[in-house]
Amino acid sequence: MLKTQTPSRPDALTWVFLGLGLLLLPLGLYLALAAPPDVNQGYLVRIMYLHVPTAWVGYLAFFVTFLYSLLYLFRQDPRHDRVALASAEIGLVFMGLALVTGMLWARPTWGVYWTWEPRLTTTAILFAVYLGYFLLRGAIEDPELRRKAAAAVGVLGFLNVPISYMSVKWWRSLHQTQSIDLTTGRIHMDPAMLQALLFNLLVFTLLYLGFTRFRAMVAALEEAKEEA
Amino acid sequence: MRGKYLLGILVILGALGYMVFGGLGRNLVYFLTPSEYLQDQARYQNRSVRLGGLVKPGTVQYDKDRLELRFVLTDGVAEVPVLHKGTPPGMFKEGQGVVVEGRFQEGVFQGTNLLVKHSEAYQAPKEGWTPEEVRKLIEEAQ
Repeated sequence: MLKTQTPSRPDALTWVFLGLGLLLLPLGLYLALAAPPDVNQGYLVRIMYLHVPTAWVGYLAFFVTFLYSLLYLFRQDPRHDRVALASAEIGLVFMGLALVTGMLWARPTWGVYWTWEPRLTTTAILFAVYLGYFLLRGAIEDPELRRKAAAAVGVLGFLNVPISYMSVKWWRSLHQTQSIDLTTGRIHMDPAMLQALLFNLLVFTLLYLGFTRFRAMVAALEEAKEEA
Repeated sequence: MRGKYLLGILVILGALGYMVFGGLGRNLVYFLTPSEYLQDQARYQNRSVRLGGLVKPGTVQYDKDRLELRFVLTDGVAEVPVLHKGTPPGMFKEGQGVVVEGRFQEGVFQGTNLLVKHSEAYQAPKEGWTPEEVRKLIEEAQ
């Protein structure tokens, strides 16, 4: 088999995403802390600037895993599998952070850290599915079979993302509905808060892109070592 | 090595199965409204349920010494008297949406857990207010 050159260091674009993301992160934090408090929640509302971007990155990452898993199933190119793997891993971390920040926000506002309401339950299932994705990868030794099985989970598992996103509309829930509603385009937020939130969404997206590209490069190195 | 992973997968599948058939199945209706409860009272008799609605303005009574919070839960049609033992959560106030976990005893809903719902709309306090003034306002409102 012809061995393709594996890059031993991240390319320029990866550094740009990572550099910009890390550079703008303190600015995002500053904007979040400078944003006005909410009339009902006071300063508690600021957890939103962490909670919403982490959840967004989780959803986005699982969507990218879905796309690259599909690509792998059609093209059988290990590169696509590596991007799917990298994105799922970053997504799992950020989804975990979204769950943790959500719990920290829930305790002072709702009164409990956790309750089995639809949004929380569907998101817990989503998290467990991608945990299973990595267990599955670890359990299969044959690389080709592993990639195919993982791609199947990557495609089917994504089904949980729209369910989790829409859960607050489909079922009676304790979790509030979307403040930036992508289905209707309505925004229920003070402009100053919206600015800070959108900026943090941008920063976290840049970080996601940087982390995923970096992780995919590491995965390529791992694979090269495994083959040698 | 493979056995360890297979065990992990089984645990995950078990957890998923539990969530789907145990947790989610029961929780597809996360809470009942007071009118739904009253319509089908026999079904929920002696069972722990969640009731959701608004705190009827003017009905909140809190006994600081005995830590007893009493209020009327309403969905605009039916009303249910609630007794909750414990301090009210920070965002509890009249007219607020709440979900109460508990069961009926002698015509009063005995809450064991009180959850406060909040809206998805975030608004800054009026122009010109400093955060310190806002903090004071929030503290006074509680």
